[in-house]
Amino acid sequence: MTRAAAPIERVGLKHGAGGRAMRTLIEEIFLPLGGPVDGIGLAALDDGAAIRLGDRWLVLTTDSHVVQPIFFPGGDIGRLAVCGTVNDLAVMGATEPLGLTCAVVVEEGFPRSDLERIRDSMRQACEESGATIVTGDTKVMGKGELDGIVLNTAGVALTRRMVTDSGLRPGDRIIVTGTIGDHGMAIMTRRRDLKLEGDLRSDVAPVNGLVRAALAAGGEDVVAMKDPTRGGVASTLHEMAGKARVGILLEEAALPVNPEVRAAGEILGIDPLVVANEGKAVIGVRPASADKVLAAIREHPLGRRAAIVGTAIAQRPGNVILDTGFGKRLIAEIEGEPLPRIC
Amino acid sequence: MADPGLDELKFRDPARARALSAALAREVAAVGHEPVSVMHVCGSHEQSIARFGLRAVFPPGLQVVMGPGCPVCVTDLPEVDEAVALALAGHRVATYGDMVKVPGSARSLADAEAEGGKVDVVYSVQQAVELARTHPGEEVVFFASGFETTAVATAAVLLNGVPGNFSVLSAHKYVPPAMEVVAEMPGSHIEGFLAAGHAAAITGSAVFEPFAAKHRVPVVVAGFEPLDVLAALLKLVELIRGKRAEVANMYPRVVTREGNRPAQEKLWRVFQLVGGRWRGIAHIPDGNLRLRDEWAHLDARRRFSLDISGLHDRAPSGLAQRCICGEIMAGLKQPSDCELFGRECLPDSPVGACMVSSEGSCKIWHTYGGLPDLREVRR
Repeated sequence: MTRAAAPIERVGLKHGAGGRAMRTLIEEIFLPLGGPVDGIGLAALDDGAAIRLGDRWLVLTTDSHVVQPIFFPGGDIGRLAVCGTVNDLAVMGATEPLGLTCAVVVEEGFPRSDLERIRDSMRQACEESGATIVTGDTKVMGKGELDGIVLNTAGVALTRRMVTDSGLRPGDRIIVTGTIGDHGMAIMTRRRDLKLEGDLRSDVAPVNGLVRAALAAGGEDVVAMKDPTRGGVASTLHEMAGKARVGILLEEAALPVNPEVRAAGEILGIDPLVVANEGKAVIGVRPASADKVLAAIREHPLGRRAAIVGTAIAQRPGNVILDTGFGKRLIAEIEGEPLPRIC
Repeated sequence: MADPGLDELKFRDPARARALSAALAREVAAVGHEPVSVMHVCGSHEQSIARFGLRAVFPPGLQVVMGPGCPVCVTDLPEVDEAVALALAGHRVATYGDMVKVPGSARSLADAEAEGGKVDVVYSVQQAVELARTHPGEEVVFFASGFETTAVATAAVLLNGVPGNFSVLSAHKYVPPAMEVVAEMPGSHIEGFLAAGHAAAITGSAVFEPFAAKHRVPVVVAGFEPLDVLAALLKLVELIRGKRAEVANMYPRVVTREGNRPAQEKLWRVFQLVGGRWRGIAHIPDGNLRLRDEWAHLDARRRFSLDISGLHDRAPSGLAQRCICGEIMAGLKQPSDCELFGRECLPDSPVGACMVSSEGSCKIWHTYGGLPDLREVRR
């Protein structure tokens, strides 16, 4: 679909929502900051950067977190901040984080007990992922100048094999490592105060262990990875299809979706495919290794509901096509996540 | 949640869908000419067709045309102007969310709100009545849109009694006469109609019998699950092939021949049929539902002296003049024929009403990825 022609005059919430609008903002404003780099730099708009260091890659990434509410079913901003960065490193192939930074901007009057709670869940997420916070920064802003707290984390890791999000070719299979839409739907139902929480919980978790298992099983046949955060699996697949110039044919019946998420989606009129995940990876695998990689992922506690959900095809490059079981349609490239401040 | 098993098994069974698609292809081939053109008159049918990607399995010889199935889209400019005038005059206008963004001659209700008017989005007419109760010092006008199904809800609320500061600006529309006009339209070669199951639940399938006889075309009442749509299309093409101008009810779990008599009674106690323009399409005799004289005291058109002549102070934008929403609603064109579709005209910045309403063809196509030919796509 063609983009609207008008240049961005002022930043809107949609420009931070992980979809087409955000990409336009980055392309128009920030991309000129990028320069030549031996590896993956800003221009690639990947989950992080990778710089060649001898026979290895130094992978680094940074992520700011503004989620509202700060504490939500299944996690909080602290857990999110650690997992977001660990996961960005992992889907570049770097599953052993060397160190994380943590910058906190907090509003005057913020309760100490909440800060401790956030610290404790960061520590918990670090333990789960094997990451360590090695440096940090603290700033305070006046009451009303900031809504509670903003957390930024950056991370570095070394890897011998780097995996981008652009390596698909026709025939490759697409694996999703578990149920989709859990994080965003948990936040949305909490924010809109829909009384249907049931077991609607964020999936926020570090996926580096699971990705390590996939890489161990698939080796060179794991050719593309991405974590489907803002904009959900749909935006992730659009990016993977666009960068690799392939089409992606997705089978709706194969997509793992929790019944609570499906129900909330029908009520809100929002497809779980466009809703954020914080503990999942989308992995492209050469067809010969797809079953082997899937089996390895399913052995991991976070991957029990992993599934092969689609296939890269030569037709319709850049498009994501949904086979509904009744017919086929394109998945529209969304402007952005339906709700701001989801992560 | 209702029992999740039953509906999905019965009406979302891909194997049955494949069998129906195959039968549909055989039936279309047996008609003996191509394309076989049929029309649905309901945004919910297009939603189902687009959501499930059914156009990719329709036989190439079958043309399923979208008709005037979106009440928001056929609301005429002066009707929006009336609501805008009320809001600018200081009254509180309550309406369904889609109506707020629909452009009038020069302004939408959203524009009126930006200029200081009071506009409230409500999800039901009851909520609008509640607003009147909680704002006793103000006049609350419910700008009522929707086809006969929605009009029944408006009627029921009036019959139950409303506060004195509540009134209705009716933009309710009645579908059967619009089918008459579209069937006669030059350039239209519609051989059969799919009728909306939820509207027919009120009116009964019998309401289409005179239409079928007069225009010599079959009408099939259809539900909204993918199998409902496919089974109804199959029935419709069978009737076309047999040259049988009959009404068939393929949604019997919801629709009867007589319809919902108490609902009909409520509808006609409150509303009467009046001719009027449907935006972009034509003057539709008996196409508008207006309050009967007994309800004049609750009719905003009669309670307030509405002057909309001052609302033409701005010319419609150049973009608006290129919008083909009317031709789309009349079934003469489709969204992808419009040069604005997906470019200047997007759900965030709609040019025409068809991109505003969730029942509008353009909004539906945009949401579900447009209309590329996906028949050939395979692994």
